[in-house]
Amino acid sequence: MPEEPKRINMVQAINLALREEMQRDGNVIILGEDVGTDGGVFRVTDGLMKEFGPERVMDTPLSESGIVGTAIGMAVYGLRPVAEIQFMGFIYAALDQIYAHAARIRSRSRGRYSCPLVVRTPYGAGIKPPELHSESAEAFFCHMPGVKVVVPSTPYNAKGLLKSSIRDPDPVIFLESTRLYRLIKEEVPADDYTVPLGKARIVREGRDVTVISWGSMLHRSLQAVEGIDAEVLDLMTLNPLDEETIFKSVRKTGRVVIVHEAPKTCGFGAEISAAIAEDAMLYLKAPIMRVTGYDAVIPLPRLEDYYMPTISRVRKALEEVIKY
Amino acid sequence: MPESIIESINVKRLEILDVNGDVDSSLMPALSDNEIKRMYELLVLARTFDERALHLQREGRLGTYAPILGQEASQIGSAFALEKTDWVFPSFREMGVYIAMGYPIHMLFQYWGGDERGLITPSDLNIFPICIPVGTHIPHAAGAAIAAKHKGDKVAAVAYFGDGGTSKGDFHEGFNMAGVFKAPAVFICQNNQWAISVPRQRQSASKTLAQKAFSYGFEGIQVDGNDIFAVYKATKDALKKAKSGNGPTFIECFTYRMTHHTTADDATRYRKDDEVASWKPRDPVLRLKLFMAKKGLWTEQYQKETEDKAKVIIDKAVSEEESIKPPFPGDMISYTYEKLTPRQAKQIKDF
Ligand SMILES: Cc1ncc(C[n+]2csc(CCOP(=O)(O)OP(=O)(O)O)c2C)c(N)n1
Ligand SMILES: [Mg+2]
Repeated sequence: MPEEPKRINMVQAINLALREEMQRDGNVIILGEDVGTDGGVFRVTDGLMKEFGPERVMDTPLSESGIVGTAIGMAVYGLRPVAEIQFMGFIYAALDQIYAHAARIRSRSRGRYSCPLVVRTPYGAGIKPPELHSESAEAFFCHMPGVKVVVPSTPYNAKGLLKSSIRDPDPVIFLESTRLYRLIKEEVPADDYTVPLGKARIVREGRDVTVISWGSMLHRSLQAVEGIDAEVLDLMTLNPLDEETIFKSVRKTGRVVIVHEAPKTCGFGAEISAAIAEDAMLYLKAPIMRVTGYDAVIPLPRLEDYYMPTISRVRKALEEVIKY
Repeated sequence: MPESIIESINVKRLEILDVNGDVDSSLMPALSDNEIKRMYELLVLARTFDERALHLQREGRLGTYAPILGQEASQIGSAFALEKTDWVFPSFREMGVYIAMGYPIHMLFQYWGGDERGLITPSDLNIFPICIPVGTHIPHAAGAAIAAKHKGDKVAAVAYFGDGGTSKGDFHEGFNMAGVFKAPAVFICQNNQWAISVPRQRQSASKTLAQKAFSYGFEGIQVDGNDIFAVYKATKDALKKAKSGNGPTFIECFTYRMTHHTTADDATRYRKDDEVASWKPRDPVLRLKLFMAKKGLWTEQYQKETEDKAKVIIDKAVSEEESIKPPFPGDMISYTYEKLTPRQAKQIKDF
């Protein structure tokens, strides 16, 4: 008998996904800073070391490039490592390992080796931390052929997407919004469901405008569309991008607003806009609008709320495109 | 309270075979006459490969190539100690290792000719594809070694890199991981005294590179890298130690890059001829030859046969490589992920 679904938050859902995957496959291993005894600074890996032992939940030295580099060696050897980078701002030290190696090993060896690795990292603003704890650098990884980029926005999807990521044969960057970690609770079944990578989801159907978002900004977008006949898409996987779902919606509504937390210039919204311009231009009734973070270093908490797209900024963009 | 010494380290240097071809028999590893001959034949084969690769590059048939001249003993000696089941993480100047491991030689020409398919390691070997960004593969060896330990496999992971590689952050991070998790890893540095134009002294103010290992909690040893017996013994011992659960070892092979960094480099711009000349008498192939001659294992006739055999093998590899069909251009897309993305599925139609 499957257990009754419980109402849990995203931290608990990710923890559950990790636990189930570790039970299912002895090759799944967690490594990172403070992931073991402490259960991770956000408690995402809480209890896992106790259940699976220090050989499978490895507290590593403070060493981002080393963590990812070691995980690459493990993955190619035949394990399924899930590496945690404590905050996205510290993943920069491991970019070389991700881009120069994880992304390329399959191609470099023409399929002889592969790198089934997941790098989990908390991203985004909203928890009033010090500098470099609020980054939203998803676009970097979308520009790395060979890497997949996944950003869940709800506990249910976080669990299903993480399970798919762990089973995926290629490297996945899995971004967890710190703001969402404990914000929402929903029913998450304790059974073995997965949510496929590369598929967006229609959160709300509508006819007048398509709002495209992911992660924490999805929730702002949902608040902003109240009273508007808007279709809201949650991309969930940024790379590979589910263009089908986007184009279908755009052909229906003819208007697009893209919302993301990262700076505007070369943010992932630019890619989506270009894709729509290439493939669905003739269906557009209004210019594509992007509501994003500013082209600025993300500020410390005092100015954080000014940096992030607000409901009213999204609302303004919606009103603008609907005028056409 | 007086100050006290809480730690001191001793850095060993191992030499067995001297420039006159005499050995210290108390240190000499157990090797049969046939094994010694096999070592010599591999040295000659590797040198023949190297000469041919330079020749083919000048003819425009290979791209930029990194020669191994002078470093053959470090490569053959260490690889000779490896099992086929061990995992090898090479950088770009390791053709002697590949040849000693039995990698198909035509595939080496194929790789240097610019075709990724040359890196499809045969299934009976575990050689990781060549790492171009210097030193960044060191953590991979640590990770593979930890994975081997986790799975209970009796294998070691071996990373090859240069003196320049020891200055990279990944050297530190990889060594640190290997030390903390007591990984069955062997790190082999060919200190060939140069990183393109930058001399060894500019990489580190440390007296030896070997001593760096001690700060990660494991042993480092310097060996005469032109002495094939010393390299073999140090590697053999390190592998035994790794496989019996006693953690990693760092081996600094003290050797010399006898020629240009690559075919795109001109070493006369930054180093003196007399420095190069001073290393000539220490040639690793000559040294083993002198030893074998004294033991009655080497004759003019044997030399000729060995050279002829090497030439036949290399000729055959070159013609084999020439007969390979060019790659399908769409291959550059096909191997990015296990499956094509929807976009890639459209892009690949260009071919
Ligand atoms: C990270 C990185 N930086 C720079 C280069 C360019 N480069 C190629 S080889 C080399 C020198 C390497 O020296 P060393 O590690 O001693 O190896 P060797 O070439 O002597 O075998 C440099 C600077 C590179 N390939 N990777
Ligand atoms: Mg060097």
